[in-house]
Amino acid sequence: MSLTLLNVVLAVFFAICFVGLNAAYLVWCERKGAGFYQRRPGPMENGPWGLLQPPIDGVKLMTKQLLIPGGVDKAIFMVAPVLAMFPALISFVTIPFSDNIVAHPINVGVLMIFAFAALGSMSLLVAGWGSRNKYSMIASVRAVSQTVAYEIPLLITTITIVMISGSLNLGDIVQPQLGGFWNWNIWPLQKEVGFNLLMPISFLIIFVCSVAETNRAPFDLGEAESELVAGFHTEYSSMGFGLFFMGEYANIVIGACLMVILFLGGWSCPFGDLGIFPFTNNVGWFLLKIYLIIFVFIWIRWTFPRTTIYGLLNLSWKYLIPISLFNLLLTAGLLKVF
Amino acid sequence: MSQPIKLHKDETFVLNVGPQHPATHGVLRVKMTMDGEYIYEAETVLGYIHRMHEKMAENRTYPQFMPNMGRLDYLSAMAFNHGYALVIERACGIEVPERAEYIRVITVELNRISSHLVWLGAYVLDLGGFTPLMYCFDDREQILDLLESVTGSRLTYCYFRFGGLYNDIDDEFITGTRAFITRMRKELKMYAKLVTGNIIMIKRLKGHGMVDKDMCQRYGATGPVARGSGLNYDVRKNEPYSVYPEFDFDIPVDDGCDSFARYLVRMEEMEQSLRIIEQALDKLPDGPVNPKKKPKLIKPPPGDYYAAVEAARGNFGIRFVSDGSKNAYRLKLRSPTYSNMHLFDEACQGMLLADALAFMGSLDLVIPEMDR
Repeated sequence: MSLTLLNVVLAVFFAICFVGLNAAYLVWCERKGAGFYQRRPGPMENGPWGLLQPPIDGVKLMTKQLLIPGGVDKAIFMVAPVLAMFPALISFVTIPFSDNIVAHPINVGVLMIFAFAALGSMSLLVAGWGSRNKYSMIASVRAVSQTVAYEIPLLITTITIVMISGSLNLGDIVQPQLGGFWNWNIWPLQKEVGFNLLMPISFLIIFVCSVAETNRAPFDLGEAESELVAGFHTEYSSMGFGLFFMGEYANIVIGACLMVILFLGGWSCPFGDLGIFPFTNNVGWFLLKIYLIIFVFIWIRWTFPRTTIYGLLNLSWKYLIPISLFNLLLTAGLLKVF
Repeated sequence: MSQPIKLHKDETFVLNVGPQHPATHGVLRVKMTMDGEYIYEAETVLGYIHRMHEKMAENRTYPQFMPNMGRLDYLSAMAFNHGYALVIERACGIEVPERAEYIRVITVELNRISSHLVWLGAYVLDLGGFTPLMYCFDDREQILDLLESVTGSRLTYCYFRFGGLYNDIDDEFITGTRAFITRMRKELKMYAKLVTGNIIMIKRLKGHGMVDKDMCQRYGATGPVARGSGLNYDVRKNEPYSVYPEFDFDIPVDDGCDSFARYLVRMEEMEQSLRIIEQALDKLPDGPVNPKKKPKLIKPPPGDYYAAVEAARGNFGIRFVSDGSKNAYRLKLRSPTYSNMHLFDEACQGMLLADALAFMGSLDLVIPEMDR
């Protein structure tokens, strides 16, 4: 029992380090990536290739004055950034980075991640409500309707995978996908998914939903700066803003982890376990896959303009939810048949 | 959104957009009465950057007022310079040498392209796309470098003189401009791929921000806003000035009436400007760029004078009354975005906030020109 507790504490510590480093250096990657797409070098001044930029930004954020505007609901205002960061950290406890690197394999891991993700989106509502700012208010209303709309297809698609693997444990979901990329759930090739041709489309759905869940462009309507100034974090300064920022990147990492676990075979080597070091099933493949997905996130952000809130809701309610429901039905039927 | 939404006056709140807001590109303030995210009514409030340019004209001599022109529409300063030079030349009867007219056309059209490039970048930025802004500014940089080499300044040009120009262009400018034309044609194709064909762009622009012909005429909208509503009006064709009649170019007109139509008109205008520049470079005559005979002191005979040019945003008219002294008795500027902007209050009713701001961007506002 105490060993488990120690395990969890250690995991949270490493999760904080992992998330902190990820958030900091994903910002750097994002800025470098943006530079690449925009014919400019990106950050260059601090350290080689601007590599020292993230810690310097962190110091800047932490030393800035935390401004609390008059008239805000102080308790709610202060709790919102913590609420943005905390669920993301907790979610890392159950994510298996490889078959032995997992803090605490919970039997209902998938459920837990979704529960905490919902808590995370509550922070947007709380931030908007507590800020006493009309722009923040509109943004938080948007963010909540967006979350509701996008968690449904996300959940339905996940249920499809859960039905295939018969487990809510993330590690168990990866196990049948080991041994080569042709075993991954994204392909409609194997018996486990009942030769379901809609599998690639479900991956696409889960990808779109993850982008929307994390409030990233082109679905960044909660912080649409040309409409709502800075959205729900308009009134936040210093580390309050910093926590929202880190929370966003942590959520991106979790979204990518979830996609990799559910569809891309987790830590499995794409060519099967060949027994020679880089080509074994190890954590490196897991990280490689999540960073590839994050790269696509960045790529999309710097290429597409923003949609509108009704365009976003229409996409979810008119297309994604019916398709994912149909897929659920089809998968259930096919699993019965094969 | 196709079906009209019934809005309730008693369930509204006031949203103050601006004077410091990322979408207003300056210090424009719009007081929006909102029902949820729908706009019940909007009221544009001007005056945050009023500098009394018209009053300044009464206290300065005519040549002294010339630099003010670059401070109105800082993005298409050249056309404003042209308008002012034109009206003084008409009043005093100054002949402009042929070569100077051609160079004027070249620089004005280059400036029109650079102005449209800023619009394109800023507009896509309004819609949430960052990257085209950088590409546009990269291309605009080429124009600024070219114009800097002849005019000496990069933004607030004061290149024209009454009857001529500040100085002549050199071979370097001509080869540079030709190289730019080739580059820009390629870049326009890239923009068509990156921006015009983008599904999100099309969805956000098509059918949104409807401004019909009648509304344009009532508010006196000109330029790409009017041409995007099917009004074939361009000062360069309808009331030709300078050497524009000698060039073969089209006035793009689109009947779409929506933001996308205005977008397409501006993109096509860049192509047409390139055509004009190309022809002007081919036909460029030799000779002086300043008239041999020019009055030492500009003192227009008493009377009422008017001239209009096609600036990047529409019809820029300038009218002044002279009492025969060395400064104007009264000078009135008719700037295009002032009229274009006032459509907004009426047209944005019932729109969603996001659509209204996308619509505002398609009007291509330059606040210092609106609020003189």
